[in-house]
Amino acid sequence: MLETILFIVFPYLAVILGVVGIIYRYRTDQFSLTSLSSQFLETDLQFWGSTLWHYGIIPTLLIHLGGFTLPRVMAALHSTPETLYLAELAGKVMGIMALVGAAALLYRRLSSSRIRAITTPMDWIVLVLLFTQVFLGMTIAFSYRWGATWFIHTVTPWVGSLSVFQPQTKYVTALPWIPKLHFLNGFLLFALVPYSRLVHIINFPLTYLWRRYQLVIWARRKAS
Amino acid sequence: MKIRSQVSMVFHLDKCIGCHTCSLACKNIWTDRQGAEYMWWNNVETKPGVGFPTLWEDQEKYNGGWELKNAGKEPRLNLKLQNRLQALGNLFSNPSMPTMSEYYEPWTYKYEDLINSPLGDDQPIARAISRIDGKPIDIETGPNWDDDLGGSNIYAVNDPLLKNMSEEEKRRLFSIEQLFYFYVPRICNHCLNAACVAACPSGAIYKRAEDGIVLVNQDKCRGWRMCVSGCPYKKTYYNWSTGKSEKCILCYPRLETGQAPACFHSCVGRIRYLGVLLYDADQVETAVEVPDEQLVQRQREMILDPFDPQVIAAAEESGIPAGVIEAAQQSPVYRYVKEWELALPLHPEFRTLPMLFYVPPLLPVISSTQESGAQRTESDLFSSLESARVPVRFMSHMLSAGNDAPVIKAYQRMIAVRLYKRAETVGDVSNEEAAAALTKAGMSAGDAEAIYRLTSLPTHQQRFVIPPSSRESAIEQVQDPQQHKAETGFGRRQAPHRGL
Ligand code: SF4
Ligand code: SF4
Repeated sequence: MLETILFIVFPYLAVILGVVGIIYRYRTDQFSLTSLSSQFLETDLQFWGSTLWHYGIIPTLLIHLGGFTLPRVMAALHSTPETLYLAELAGKVMGIMALVGAAALLYRRLSSSRIRAITTPMDWIVLVLLFTQVFLGMTIAFSYRWGATWFIHTVTPWVGSLSVFQPQTKYVTALPWIPKLHFLNGFLLFALVPYSRLVHIINFPLTYLWRRYQLVIWARRKAS
Repeated sequence: MKIRSQVSMVFHLDKCIGCHTCSLACKNIWTDRQGAEYMWWNNVETKPGVGFPTLWEDQEKYNGGWELKNAGKEPRLNLKLQNRLQALGNLFSNPSMPTMSEYYEPWTYKYEDLINSPLGDDQPIARAISRIDGKPIDIETGPNWDDDLGGSNIYAVNDPLLKNMSEEEKRRLFSIEQLFYFYVPRICNHCLNAACVAACPSGAIYKRAEDGIVLVNQDKCRGWRMCVSGCPYKKTYYNWSTGKSEKCILCYPRLETGQAPACFHSCVGRIRYLGVLLYDADQVETAVEVPDEQLVQRQREMILDPFDPQVIAAAEESGIPAGVIEAAQQSPVYRYVKEWELALPLHPEFRTLPMLFYVPPLLPVISSTQESGAQRTESDLFSSLESARVPVRFMSHMLSAGNDAPVIKAYQRMIAVRLYKRAETVGDVSNEEAAAALTKAGMSAGDAEAIYRLTSLPTHQQRFVIPPSSRESAIEQVQDPQQHKAETGFGRRQAPHRGL
């Protein structure tokens, strides 16, 4: 029963809350979509914290996503011991970058009264949850090694079963509690995206790579 | 030819008295809000001086504006800040962003202490507290901190413009009898090749085609702060509270209703002129791909003669309403910039094609050649230009990318106007002398009279020729207002508060 709630009901709920919330916020409150950067008030720690964090966490997230959606490709990528070793190493390096970055950002928010002045309760919740998530992830990486391979036979089929609406908890129930906590916290964070500053994830301005430099807009004419 | 119209500006620096009324008019209307306290969309700087934010002219420090590679054949124009790929890489921490220490920490005073303090022997005082975290602060800097050369040995000596001067020239600049200073009021230049627009990863900043005002769409801005770094004039500001960037909007709600922007309207020295310029939009790119010394000339070339029948036809073709063309013909800015060549763009070498032009101040030229304050008149006024090498060089590095010629030309004309009027009204300058000065400056007596009138005696309507807002192209005119209201509502329905 508990397993059904934790590994079936909760993930579905989180995804619905997240997706509906993102669409709603994007459509109704564009003004609130921003990075909410505080670099203006403090820049030195911000540079180290934010750079390490983002350059660590974004590839890590993409690799997780690859594990869900392209398990065969990912498996092929570390089919030999050497490549597996490399994957493990890369994962750890990025994880440590993210962990150090998150710690720096936490410390920055705690130590600077200027930054605290613009910190909301939700900012604290999100930052602590993110730190916890990376900490759990690193614990898994160090104590249950070769995650690159076992991931594909546990988490991938579980998430896959959820995504085709034939939920199967059996793939993950036998895992130790630390990985389980990591999964649940991950879904919790997804649910929080539209209700916190995490929503800035959807802002990534890829179109900048090809848009025209100068923008001229008429009130009632197509741009010319 | 693709013709567009641009609401442009001239500031006549000889007339600025440094009263800061303009700054306050702007602040009271637009930036008296949390997160915007430190912003001065309009500010007035003393030159020589470091400006606001500190040393903004130093692009080695701030990386603003454009950079021209391969001038001559195959010129390539890039943002000095970063290329497009680097922009995405720098999203998480902007390496060239000025922080609060480059501006100042906004403060207020604890006024309630004046009332609530217990009875004692000493007067209660109101301590300064930060408007960010409310803690007591020691005020160490502020906007306009080096006003009137205050602390010039600490501040003004660092003026980036002095880099181009020899030690001897610098010494002269600061020796009591020869020093000069003047004021430079600055607002957003509403550039044609705006670096803020180009630097924005979200594409939130745009130029309004109708009048050329550059605006930040507050709904599309995502707070990446690249415009703050990209603008070489540091005229976009990051609101630390809402997480959005903001800039001068040239009081467009006032312009649309036929009123001059607040800083223009309130200007005590009446130094400000506003009017339409027609320009050839196809030349925007080529005009900045020339070597530094040609920039002023190229920018003048792309500004078109609103009386030329061909230009009028092409403007109509490009959809410019008749009323705007008419306004362009009355434009005082056209007179100063193109017809008389008195007004020059601020730092054209940043290559953003700024559309705010400055008439260089004559005062430093005269004061720097005067011995012990004795009044010199007659033709000495004219020869003074040759001996005023320091201020001319200073001015040319500020207003024409180091090219002395356009500055000297402007000065020759201003001096000629003075001599001409002096001959007429006082009579201690002979008519021949005045005529010779006019010839040397390449103008007629009629020009001199017109310059004199528009400089000294302009009416409100002559200073501000505001183009009619073309109501026929405004949204509410082509749609039933009731229906439009029902569909979209007017204005913002949510308060622009800081996001979650
Ligand atoms: S002055 Fe700066 S903010 Fe204004 S249009 Fe030019 S680049 Fe943009
Ligand atoms: S109000 Fe006019 S005279 Fe006074 S500082 Fe501003 S620009 Fe100069």
